[in-house]
Amino acid sequence: MKPAPFDYVRASDGAEVLDVLHRQGADARILAGGQSLLPMLNMRLARPAVLVDIMHVPSLQSIADDGTALRIGAAVRQAELEARPDLARRQKLLAAALPWIGHAQTRSRGTVCGSVAHADPSAELPLLLVALGGTVHLRSRRRHRAVEAGAFFTGMMATDRADDELIEAVSIPTARPGAGYAFREIGRRHGDFAIVACAAVVENGRARLGIGGVADRPVAQDMPGPDDEALDEALDAFAWALEARDDLHATARYRRELVRRLGRATIEEAARCRA
Amino acid sequence: MPRLSAGQRHRVSFSLNGRPVAGEAEPRLLLSDFLRGVLGATGTHVGCEHGVCGACTVQIDGVPARACLTLAVQAEGADIRTVEGLAPAPGRLSVLQESFREHHALQCGFCTPGILMSLDAFLRQRPDASEAELRYMLSGHLCRCTGYVPIMRAALAARDRLREEPNA
Repeated sequence: MKPAPFDYVRASDGAEVLDVLHRQGADARILAGGQSLLPMLNMRLARPAVLVDIMHVPSLQSIADDGTALRIGAAVRQAELEARPDLARRQKLLAAALPWIGHAQTRSRGTVCGSVAHADPSAELPLLLVALGGTVHLRSRRRHRAVEAGAFFTGMMATDRADDELIEAVSIPTARPGAGYAFREIGRRHGDFAIVACAAVVENGRARLGIGGVADRPVAQDMPGPDDEALDEALDAFAWALEARDDLHATARYRRELVRRLGRATIEEAARCRA
Repeated sequence: MPRLSAGQRHRVSFSLNGRPVAGEAEPRLLLSDFLRGVLGATGTHVGCEHGVCGACTVQIDGVPARACLTLAVQAEGADIRTVEGLAPAPGRLSVLQESFREHHALQCGFCTPGILMSLDAFLRQRPDASEAELRYMLSGHLCRCTGYVPIMRAALAARDRLREEPNA
């Protein structure tokens, strides 16, 4: 349970980060809060040649609210976002979901973008990003591009990020007037990986439901509203489409049932909470 | 840009319980192992080494964090507090430690240093923490002896005592 040897670079500006990624590509890993990467290193599931610590890069440390989205820099810790006094007002889904991420003792160091980069299929932040239609901002020496969250997650811990790209920020849409938001999760214990996590948005009588923990990536789908009798059928179709599998924590059947029931409960809660 | 090479040891210095300390570490050395193996501060315990059990929890710049998910080189210049820093004087326990003793909140004691560091930071930050909040904070720690009931009792008693005498 000790990492294999690697070089450590403490970058002081963004150009240094991109230089290392440009030169070493897949052999380099970004070290931000380390709360997903360090377990991988300790278990030697990852053996990078070099780690680039981005936590001392000033340009990555800010949260910007442009009125329609929160743009969260790569060095922003989850606890910092959680502590924003206006968070529940700006995006209730974030305020509801953040306490479910790991533990207070890991959110103190873990970053928002790091969780997105790690792309665990049961992780809350990738789910929120997909459910809300957020954006991932990627930068390399070659280019800068913005990728929609739905296209960013490509499989189990796999993303659209190229080896020389840094996730410099993610944009999470803020609450729209008249829209309701809700988050629910079932796990064995608080802080465990989600067996099923649901994020719902209800707006103009229609719903959008995101599901984490079932497919190999977070998936969101438009749904009929909570008062529409077509909702149950849509939830059932969604539950089957996610191709749940049995594992140590739950059966595929149980997960499908949670998508139907917890999915409906989350949509109903979102409808009740409309601003 | 400082680049520290793999396989070589590099000087790491930070503040440990208010005192400046320094030692040599390869980039891959975990803070938990640096504290124990290099600095000899063995109060911080090492359990699961992937952030789940909470035994290695220390305070980094005032907030609880896993020493096993932090590299020693990341702690450069930081303010680190460990269980060795809790007692106000030799032979005296802190209010929280005394409360643990009084309420039998430990048996084997392996998880205790991490729990103390979490609760110490949390009670400082939230002197009026509710039972539910303390329970939530405790969810980041595994204890296989106590069943958590005496730990909760000790935490609540410490909270009440600290509220009466914040400087105790």
